[in-house]
Amino acid sequence: MATKEYSFYPGCSSQEGASSSNYLVSVESMCEELDVKLNTIPDWNCCSASIGYCGGGELPRLTLSARNLALSEEHNPGQDVVATCAACWLATRETAERLGEDDDLMAETNQALAEAGLTFKNENKIRHMVEVLIDDFGYEELGKHVKKPLEGIKIAGYVGCQTNRPFGIEGESFENPKYLDKLVETLGAEPVENYEKKVSCCGGALAFSEPEKSQALIKEIIESAYDGGADMIVTPCPVCQMNVEVYQDKINAKYGTKFHIPVTYYSTLMSVAYGRSAKDSALGGQIIRAKQLEDIANK
Amino acid sequence: MSDMNVAMVERYRNNFLKEVEHNVEEGDWVKMCMQCGVCSGSCPLGPYWDHPPQELFMMIRAGKREEVLTSTSMWMCTSCYNCIVRCPRELPITHIMHGLAHYAKRLGLAPKEQPTFKFSQHFWNNLVKKGRVNELKLGLSLYFMNGLVEGIKTSLNMAGIGLGMLKTKRMSPMEMIGGHSVKDTKGFHAMLKKAEEIEAARVEKYGKGS
Ligand code: SF4
Ligand code: SF4
Repeated sequence: MATKEYSFYPGCSSQEGASSSNYLVSVESMCEELDVKLNTIPDWNCCSASIGYCGGGELPRLTLSARNLALSEEHNPGQDVVATCAACWLATRETAERLGEDDDLMAETNQALAEAGLTFKNENKIRHMVEVLIDDFGYEELGKHVKKPLEGIKIAGYVGCQTNRPFGIEGESFENPKYLDKLVETLGAEPVENYEKKVSCCGGALAFSEPEKSQALIKEIIESAYDGGADMIVTPCPVCQMNVEVYQDKINAKYGTKFHIPVTYYSTLMSVAYGRSAKDSALGGQIIRAKQLEDIANK
Repeated sequence: MSDMNVAMVERYRNNFLKEVEHNVEEGDWVKMCMQCGVCSGSCPLGPYWDHPPQELFMMIRAGKREEVLTSTSMWMCTSCYNCIVRCPRELPITHIMHGLAHYAKRLGLAPKEQPTFKFSQHFWNNLVKKGRVNELKLGLSLYFMNGLVEGIKTSLNMAGIGLGMLKTKRMSPMEMIGGHSVKDTKGFHAMLKKAEEIEAARVEKYGKGS
């Protein structure tokens, strides 16, 4: 297959020294194996995720994403825009749709963009990395690259909210999307069937502002993974990953639970299964170490 | 009460629905709600909403302006989008919640001690500065948002998490000094300023009763 190229929007949490920098490392390894070239949008900015609305009004927030898209059109013409973060993908795709439907908003946005010497034409699709994997490659093709099947590991596919709603992955249901499970199977691991909290909310950004209320939600997500016999949890979203991984000690202290379950990205699993090293798979980025993956990577 | 709030009360008198339609993001959808209640059963933090979305929409129509705009309810929205995919009338409920929160803030009516109000404002300020979010400074400003003593307590409480993030290089002390930024900060700031001006002019126009 020829090299596939995409315009890439990495987002704030993927930056060096930021909370999902490990996600980016594993994505890069995965893409190398799949012969995917990610052309980072030059000088991209924050999309304000789903939380900037107190200070940021509608137009300023739409303008943020429109700037990224305008830069993408200018520097990576004709390429689909791909995001790895669910919130980035959502905010960016929503902007394109909203401006596509509303000419007045589009005109106002371009008036603002002109101050930065930019114009947004709304020419390209905005996609999540998972969509690229499933639609542009497909499970069969993805399976062909597996060098070290993830045998003997049982994995709960935690899809969460924003990769699933309102857009989701084509052909999947909102209640029980199967793509993570199918991906897990493709890599030689065993998915948890009927993972009850698969599409439940982890609190998102409110994990910061309402920690106790959110940790109660997170507790159920982890509990239900254990109930399904999971050795680890996999997710396509950096907010989910962080929330479900880093508060386990706090939850244990409060609820007397004994949670200690690794939470990885799909790209972490893929890098390992594709034969990359622990370093290339960013296993060092796990606060709760994924020992089973380390063993396979070090084999 | 802010001047803008006085102007809006003056302008819309007893028609809060119209005020919402004119000034709140996606507010013109509110009248489409058929009060089925599906959205209200969808919020992950449901027990903490004084007025779930369905009720807010009813209150808007009933003209309960003060009660709606000072409510903590819309600040409980986790942006989970459960409601949007379930609503039989396809209301963009999540965006209306964000829109109501922003409008309440704009008029100076939002509950200033509400933690998500503070976090959301900190987040915006942080991103506006350099065009990209600096997680370390955002985190610190967050811990200290309730004052120094509370902040030190929260920091100690969260220290374990910070340490884990540092060790795995998912947090960097270097962010304190420089940190990530867009290159064209000048254009970036000019662009946002323009967007804010256009939006303010739109609200102003309604406030004056064009
Ligand atoms: S689900 Fe839709 S129609 Fe039903 S109460 Fe909520 S907003 Fe109204
Ligand atoms: S997006 Fe907000 S309003 Fe909608 S169900 Fe989730 S928390 Fe409730």
